[in-house]
Amino acid sequence: MALGLIETVFREGFIYALMAMGVLITYKILDFPDLSVDGTFPLGACVAAALITLGVNPWLVCIAAFLAGACMGSVTGLLHVKLGITDLLSGILVMTASWSVNLIITGGTAIFQFFNLPTIFNSGIASALPDALYAHRQLIIVFFLAVIVKLTLDGFLKTKSGLLLRAGGDNSRFVTSLGHHPGHVKILGLAIGNGCTALAGCVLAQLNENADVNAGKGMVVMALAAVIIGTGAFRRLSFLKLTTMAVFGAILYKACLQAALLLGLPSTYLKLLMAVLLTVSIVSQKIGRKGGAANA
Amino acid sequence: MPEKITRPLVELTNIKKTFNVGSVNEALLFEDFNFSVEKGQFISIVGSNGSGKTTLLNLICGSLMPDGGSILLDGLDITKMPEYKRSAYVGRVFQDPSMGACPHLTILENMALADNKGKRYDLRPGVSKKRVEWYRQQLEMLHLGLEDKINMPVGLLSGGQRQALALLIATLTPIRLLILDEHTAALDPKSSENVMELTDRFVREKKLTAVMVTHNLRYAVDYGDRLVMMHKGTTVKDVSYHEKDGCSVDDLLKIFNEISIECGN
Repeated sequence: MALGLIETVFREGFIYALMAMGVLITYKILDFPDLSVDGTFPLGACVAAALITLGVNPWLVCIAAFLAGACMGSVTGLLHVKLGITDLLSGILVMTASWSVNLIITGGTAIFQFFNLPTIFNSGIASALPDALYAHRQLIIVFFLAVIVKLTLDGFLKTKSGLLLRAGGDNSRFVTSLGHHPGHVKILGLAIGNGCTALAGCVLAQLNENADVNAGKGMVVMALAAVIIGTGAFRRLSFLKLTTMAVFGAILYKACLQAALLLGLPSTYLKLLMAVLLTVSIVSQKIGRKGGAANA
Repeated sequence: MPEKITRPLVELTNIKKTFNVGSVNEALLFEDFNFSVEKGQFISIVGSNGSGKTTLLNLICGSLMPDGGSILLDGLDITKMPEYKRSAYVGRVFQDPSMGACPHLTILENMALADNKGKRYDLRPGVSKKRVEWYRQQLEMLHLGLEDKINMPVGLLSGGQRQALALLIATLTPIRLLILDEHTAALDPKSSENVMELTDRFVREKKLTAVMVTHNLRYAVDYGDRLVMMHKGTTVKDVSYHEKDGCSVDDLLKIFNEISIECGN
């Protein structure tokens, strides 16, 4: 039972790590508090449900979900950059609008089920796994997905475009001085961030074989907590990449939730606990910084 | 002037600029301001606070748009060109050393970004290995030992080191105009001296046209080949290289005092 629980923590941790890495780009690298994540997570799930029902290859569905999320993230960016709406409000607008978009995709149903259709967990690579590993196929697949996304992001952040993105969050004046519009860099970052988030939603939907329009509630809080816990807890390990920290943060966070449930916390309290966890992680990071400054 | 053959590099004509339009704090700065920068000139601009020095730089760079008039750069009308597009032609060093580079990126990454200025930022490797040696050589010119710290985040450097790096970064690619916005004001005397000497060397060696705003009257007299003093949106003194020989810090201070008396201070 304990092993099963650990597997659950890692399985869910790796799925939410996909989102945490996306939010890492917007929140940590671009310094953009992106609330549209609450809308793009279920968007990925709805895209998955709709396309898998149509018989599209489940791996292609993942790419489609990423692109759909990227489009929605770009809308947040365009609202902010081109129309001058504040970062928070741009996210809220997209989050609200996505509710309708997601319902349109699912054809009006709040929970869209697609049982017994090919998903990344029961077809293709998954079915080719040796029997001994088949029982753990879900964990294996989400692990590889997380690794692929991590390596891709790491690689991207080292390209010219990736460097410019990091510069955009660090010193937007510098981007201007390089002959580029800092707003365009933000839009790119939001597209990538929300693409990753939608991918997480898509993978979770394929795992559960259903898409829940309500699945996005609290995703911002969860992703931020994962990023802040990850980058805070492991910041002294300078050899770790930010993306790795986000992955570890997501797993740690899931472990905390799982532990609370195990200790008998009714699931009604889950969102409350999520908010408390984020608060604690922000405050403890602040205290940690103060301590560091005093020591210096 | 009839002896002038080529057009000035920068021409500001009939510039109008009012701040806080429509509010009680409405302040007219430039009513009909004209200013030009010849190719190859190194201009020092001095003036009291609110004289319009920094506004002039902001208008040239595009951080501020004029209410009227036109701005030409090498004959190209850039009056309505956004700041980021003008950056292709203009390099700028700010008063605040943290503005000139990205604190979380390494020296190498900052230089690689600057090296690609005006070009596409695509999926090619951010730092080209072939260029690293050239970056080192460029850093050696600063004589600060930064060539041995290329993998250090810029945020860990001192203000003087950062400003020297900012100067190098701003002039790394060919630019038509270098804008220096009180770029030594935030530094200690020794760093300030070092950065000023570097500036002079870069301007000469790279044959740059430069406009420098400074509060240091000695720098204004010692460096550059044209000195402009501004007051309330007009130029009250504009002397070229030859006339400047007879110009001293005391002379400038005298003018400052005269202006102050005129203003009733």
